[in-house]
Amino acid sequence: MISIKELRRSFGPVVAVDGVSFDAKKGDVLGFLGPNGAGKSTVMRMLACFLKPDSGTATVCGCDILKNPLEVRKSIGYLAENVPAYDEMTVGGFLNFVCDARRISGKARKRALDRLVPMCAIESVYHQAIDTLSKGYRRRVGLAQALIHDPQVLILDEPTDGLDPNQKHEVRQLISKMAKDKCIIVSTHILEEVEAVCSRTIIIAKGIIIVDSTPDKLRQQYNCSLDEVFRKITRTKVA
Amino acid sequence: MNSFWAVFKRELKSYFTTPIAYVFLVVFLFFSGYLMFKQGFFEIRQADMRAFFINMPLLFAFLVPAAAMRLWSEERKSGSIELLMTLPITVTQAVLGKFFAAWVFLAIALALTFPMVITVYYLGDPDVGLIATGYLGSILMAGGFLAVGCFFSALSKNQVISFVLSVVACAVLVFAGLPTTMNYLSTFLPAGLVSAIETISFETHFESIQRGVLEFRDISYFVLLIVGWVAACAIILEERMAHG
Repeated sequence: MISIKELRRSFGPVVAVDGVSFDAKKGDVLGFLGPNGAGKSTVMRMLACFLKPDSGTATVCGCDILKNPLEVRKSIGYLAENVPAYDEMTVGGFLNFVCDARRISGKARKRALDRLVPMCAIESVYHQAIDTLSKGYRRRVGLAQALIHDPQVLILDEPTDGLDPNQKHEVRQLISKMAKDKCIIVSTHILEEVEAVCSRTIIIAKGIIIVDSTPDKLRQQYNCSLDEVFRKITRTKVA
Repeated sequence: MNSFWAVFKRELKSYFTTPIAYVFLVVFLFFSGYLMFKQGFFEIRQADMRAFFINMPLLFAFLVPAAAMRLWSEERKSGSIELLMTLPITVTQAVLGKFFAAWVFLAIALALTFPMVITVYYLGDPDVGLIATGYLGSILMAGGFLAVGCFFSALSKNQVISFVLSVVACAVLVFAGLPTTMNYLSTFLPAGLVSAIETISFETHFESIQRGVLEFRDISYFVLLIVGWVAACAIILEERMAHG
């Protein structure tokens, strides 16, 4: 479903992404790990067609991110790290706007909202303005926005950041449930999340993929917890 | 409903669900009325709206950038542009949606000056054609200033910078055509250049429409201006996405 080849992107003199390539298919839950500034968000933004790569290419569900960005955006549900939303809108108004933009109308819209609002547990804040929401609720609204069109590919940038332990558990359950029919890329700093939810792990640092494996294989290979694996790899191989 | 309408609807609604619309409308309506009476509406002893329209260029040069500055600066500052540009919406649809929403908002502001029209009709027997062309010229001019404001809004994340630069650009475009400027410029510039500068000024074309003459060159001036600056706005946004 996703195929990335030699993506490169710089911001002025800073090389954020330096030749990243990987593939992901339906059923994969790919854990994207790396220190801060490694290039995770940049790769995700390029996949979501928010940024254009300097070189390299990627296809999502058969559509090229450079040639068919609109088609790519139709098949992706993207949740950015800072959960962008229109603060002055209510949750309901915001989700309706997203449905307008994604051309979900009439009965299909009603079905989508009836499905999503309980799934993301945002019934209690449905009529509240987004800027009055707590961090956790805001993130849940962001998740709802990413799921509303039932996309085949999900790109989630730190989806459980700021959630309380119960909410973290619920989101992880949600991801696991959806994993069968979708291809999900999750970027996270929380290593127990990778172990709980991900079928594959990619560790990226300074714009380069260092490891592309699975959580189990990594633990066996290094014979220690994922936490220590991460420390070893990102400290030594990138020094 | 296609994406243009989604953006348009959202943007227009957001003017009215925040204090922006109300503050803007009150200030605009107050000053447009105040300036009209200060201009000597009663002294002129004529039931027409010349005194009202004559102040439009300068009033708009300050107020329209205020309505335009948030269009893109706020999106970029708050990060919501990352949401907008990852929905299946093209840059063109987004730019046009926002532009037209702001333009409709300004048209609503102009429509709310209807008490002036009622006043003039009560006091005398005005020429309806002149009033109609006056409003048409005002709406076109508002669109022109808005297009300039849109461009500067896309240029900067900081709303104050967008506002100041837009006001300066709009003021230059208005002042370029004023008689005092023309007189000053003709002291050291060749006549051809002076008249060229006159043709790019808002004032010249607005005056012409306001006089009741709907000439193709005046309408096309505004249309070209709007198309040009809005296209420039879209180009800037695409550029930011391509090169951060």
